[in-house]
Amino acid sequence: MMKRRQFVQTVGTAGSLGALGLMSGCATSGSGKGPKVVVIGGGYGGATAAKYVRMWSDYGIDVTLVEPNSTFISCPISNLVLGGSKTMADITTPYDNLVKRHGVRLVQDMVTRIDPEKRMVMLAKGGELPYDRLIVSPGVDFMWENLPGMAKDGAKDKVLHSWKAGAQTVALRKQLEAMPDGGVYALSIPLAPYRCPPGPYERACQVASYFTQAKPKSKVLILDANDDVTSKGPLFKKAWADRYAGMVEYRPKHKVVDVDAATNTLKFEFNDDVKAAVLNVIPEMRAGDIAVKTGMATANKRWCEVDFLTHESIAVKNVHVLGDSIQIAPAMPKSGHMANQHGKTCAAAVVALLTGKQPNQLPIYNNTCYSFVSAEDVVHVSSVHRYDAEKKTMLTVAGSGGVSSAANELEGRYAMAWARNIWADTLA
Amino acid sequence: MKLNALVLAGALAVVSGWAQAQAVDPLQVRSWAAACASCHGTSGVAQAGNESLAGVNKDDMLKKLLDFKTGKKPATIMHQLSKGYSDEQLAALATYFSALKK
Repeated sequence: MMKRRQFVQTVGTAGSLGALGLMSGCATSGSGKGPKVVVIGGGYGGATAAKYVRMWSDYGIDVTLVEPNSTFISCPISNLVLGGSKTMADITTPYDNLVKRHGVRLVQDMVTRIDPEKRMVMLAKGGELPYDRLIVSPGVDFMWENLPGMAKDGAKDKVLHSWKAGAQTVALRKQLEAMPDGGVYALSIPLAPYRCPPGPYERACQVASYFTQAKPKSKVLILDANDDVTSKGPLFKKAWADRYAGMVEYRPKHKVVDVDAATNTLKFEFNDDVKAAVLNVIPEMRAGDIAVKTGMATANKRWCEVDFLTHESIAVKNVHVLGDSIQIAPAMPKSGHMANQHGKTCAAAVVALLTGKQPNQLPIYNNTCYSFVSAEDVVHVSSVHRYDAEKKTMLTVAGSGGVSSAANELEGRYAMAWARNIWADTLA
Repeated sequence: MKLNALVLAGALAVVSGWAQAQAVDPLQVRSWAAACASCHGTSGVAQAGNESLAGVNKDDMLKKLLDFKTGKKPATIMHQLSKGYSDEQLAALATYFSALKK
């Protein structure tokens, strides 16, 4: 009798969340009676948020994840596919476990429009999804308008970015394989902020590693719009000087303003044109189109400002933004690891808000980023970020964080352990 | 006399335990701990290559974290990350992980 009364009270106070979880179990998606959360984008941010909202609501909140791709393909480690030491299969994870273990409803589709008034998202294949709270984690889209030549027919198939892992990763590897020995691979880097600050420099190392084995007369030419290497500078420069001497050339202050795909030519703001056998242009980027379209890109019309306690947009109520799309806090990188951290911060806040509790007032989380300078050796950068109530932003904790003292093989093994763990934390 | 001392020690332990419990909101610690999960696994159960934290001995874990923080114990990355937390926050994390199922 006592137990039963306690049970009824629990059900009452928890807004029936506990009861729903108890009855539906982990493996089934929600009964449709609980609060509804829709997540747009199944990358490091969105997939993590979807899983943790389910877990932390004791499986009482319905979660629908809308993602156009059939599998998760990781950007971190994808440079190793270009280098040849990993395959696409190594960086691909299915979404099955989110569905089977956590009861996330997966919809393979694109969102065409968000209606914040009606709290509804419209799907490309038709149909709409209602939400109580919406989590938007669309990653980045490219500012092609700043590279007019890329609008020409076939330009985007010939000059690749490969900055979203997938078909373009495979295509760029094929271009590198087809390039005659003695050719130049030119990689252009946009002004910061962009997705994955050390990523381009790691890519240069990976392509050089491949050339060293297969095409030793070839060259890697880095054309960086920034004044200097934006992340792990001394470590990358040491790798280029010691491991790839005469092969890698780094040119700072080279901002690409146009591309002629027909002649494989890069045009710059201040420098002479550069022609190369393979062009790899990383365009400037901004928040994913759906976030911009919904009016959430409040910082320079590029990035979405959020409340770092909840990740709720400062412009649109009940809509939370995660990952690369947000206007970053000082010294916060746009990285998969950081998006995974945003996902959990946001999930905890969304569960709290939907159950009438106060969100955590002191988020603390970290960034850990490994870069492979060869197939085995790795350098890292780490940081700890803590909420500052006065400045209302995340700040790095003084004295915390740092970089590797030198590239080493032990961290190469830790980097792969990191990948296995974060893929499982995000998707399993 | 001996019994009294034991009782006193027990009472002190209860008081300090209570003070600790009051100081840190369990949901807050859960969120702090979830930040560790990116490398050490959801709920502290890790994939191959990194250490699991679930169900470890609380005192051993706290000692290890504090040794990372002071530089007494060498590491590739944990000496940098542990410096981002107060000793009390590290203690709360060690307590949290020690209570999780292996």
